[in-house]
Amino acid sequence: MSTTAISVTDLSKKYGDQVAVSHATFEVPLGTICGFVGPNGSGKTTTMRMLLGLISPTGGTGEILGESIKHPEKYLPRVGAMIEGPAFYPALSGKENLNVLATLGGFSTDRVQGLLEQVGLGDRGKSKFKTYSLGMKQRLGIAAALLPNPKLLMLDEPTNGLDPEGIQEVRALLRSLANEGTSVFVSSHLLSELELISDYLVMLRKGEVVFTGKMTDLMLAQQPVIIAKSINESELIKLLAIAEQAGHHGVIRDGAVHVQGPADWAVEFNRAAFDAGITLSQLTPQLPNLEETFFEMTGDK
Amino acid sequence: MWNVAFAEIRKLRRPTLFFGTMGAVVFFSALFSSLLFLLIDSPQGNSDRGRMVGREVLGLATGGVQGFSSVGGFLGIIALCVFAAQTAQEYTYGTLRNLLVRQPGRLRILLGKFIAMKLFALVMIVLSAVVSIGASVILAPGAKVTTDLWFGSDGRHAIFTTFINVVISVIGFGTIGMVLGLLLRSPISAISLGVLWLLIVENLLIAVKNSWEQWLPGAQLTAIASGGSATGRSAGIDYSHALLVGGIYVAVGAAIASFLFVRRDVAN
Repeated sequence: MSTTAISVTDLSKKYGDQVAVSHATFEVPLGTICGFVGPNGSGKTTTMRMLLGLISPTGGTGEILGESIKHPEKYLPRVGAMIEGPAFYPALSGKENLNVLATLGGFSTDRVQGLLEQVGLGDRGKSKFKTYSLGMKQRLGIAAALLPNPKLLMLDEPTNGLDPEGIQEVRALLRSLANEGTSVFVSSHLLSELELISDYLVMLRKGEVVFTGKMTDLMLAQQPVIIAKSINESELIKLLAIAEQAGHHGVIRDGAVHVQGPADWAVEFNRAAFDAGITLSQLTPQLPNLEETFFEMTGDK
Repeated sequence: MWNVAFAEIRKLRRPTLFFGTMGAVVFFSALFSSLLFLLIDSPQGNSDRGRMVGREVLGLATGGVQGFSSVGGFLGIIALCVFAAQTAQEYTYGTLRNLLVRQPGRLRILLGKFIAMKLFALVMIVLSAVVSIGASVILAPGAKVTTDLWFGSDGRHAIFTTFINVVISVIGFGTIGMVLGLLLRSPISAISLGVLWLLIVENLLIAVKNSWEQWLPGAQLTAIASGGSATGRSAGIDYSHALLVGGIYVAVGAAIASFLFVRRDVAN
């Protein structure tokens, strides 16, 4: 039995001369929440479309739940998906839309009301889809993805349009599904969003995988940043020079010096600043967040 | 495939679509049949294109289904619109990807949708037959048309064959609608092109050269609905010729559209 929910090797998609996904190779272990991150246009949705059998790869291979992506009929009954936002029939109610999909997939329609309640639409199931707000549409899309009681859930930007409370609910829902053994593959261009819930990460940039692995491995591998502020802003250049003399790379940003270096070097930095006659108003060792790490790794921004 | 058909039926039975379409069917079926009897003495004619259908023709065993067979082509246009819209809307709403995730067998999706839409068309046709024949029975005495032969052995045979012909014709029109929906991926474009071609372009082409009538798809399907008899535009089309040529159009169109549907990336 396969231990991976998703496994792709050299997966590629070209549209004419334009490369949408280039030789993507990664694995997503079973039972994890895997964040699929990258800026808009980096190839996340195209990759998901290939994994769901909606488009054919121009190269490479892949497996979902141990089955080749050439035969989506073998694994899709165990996969729930929402891709490119929620798409439903506007003239039908939310409940009727789910009934259509349940009938289509051969699932019991008895589950529908429970799913509507699970995503917070229990009292709006009879309203027409066209009357839903963006957040409600998104919730209905998540409910539709949960219809098959999936072993693997693939969600493309599921928190788009949700209010902070809704985002928190989705996070909690994904975590509880993962705790019950469902593998979750969730894409977002909002890196801070995925940082909070992902165990595993696949990072994509311009169609290429730039990182794949455990979230903790990625974050621990990053050098902490020491942020130092002086009472007198004109002394920031001096502070930067002190850091660079000690062999640490730094930049001045947002009225502070950001120096890469081990957290315990902050003590020496403080002493050196004091010796140079600089009084610090802030000295904070800080691990970079996912967004900073992403930019660091990709060389963007 | 049956799951797809049942899912499609859930969409087709929504009140606006179902009652709207059936309302149109009832209205036009009653209108076509009523005019046959109400305008029976009109010098402008009582059938399509000013054709005159006299008491002696209406009194025959086939008289009871004259109205029904005349409305057959119109039912075809309605079927074309419904089939085209139901198919193309999956692209415009983006719901095709939902369908394909739940049922990756693309041919099964097509067949299931086709079965459901055929059932919808069948309901339309039965309703039209009941309304047309019912209106004819009600209005015949007032127009001094004898109905003695309508429900005899020959009359029942006429009702049956006309029903089958209208079914073949309507399904043919519907299939063309589905093909247009798959190719154009937009309900408005598919319906506009289909209706424009059938109601305007074909008529213009036939006006330019009468013999083209033998080879145009809409003319063949209309001829099938009227049993290839000398009615309307299909005056010179033999029934078996219409069945063959119309069948080829429908089969080739369906084959090309199915091939593209199966092979094409779903990227919207």
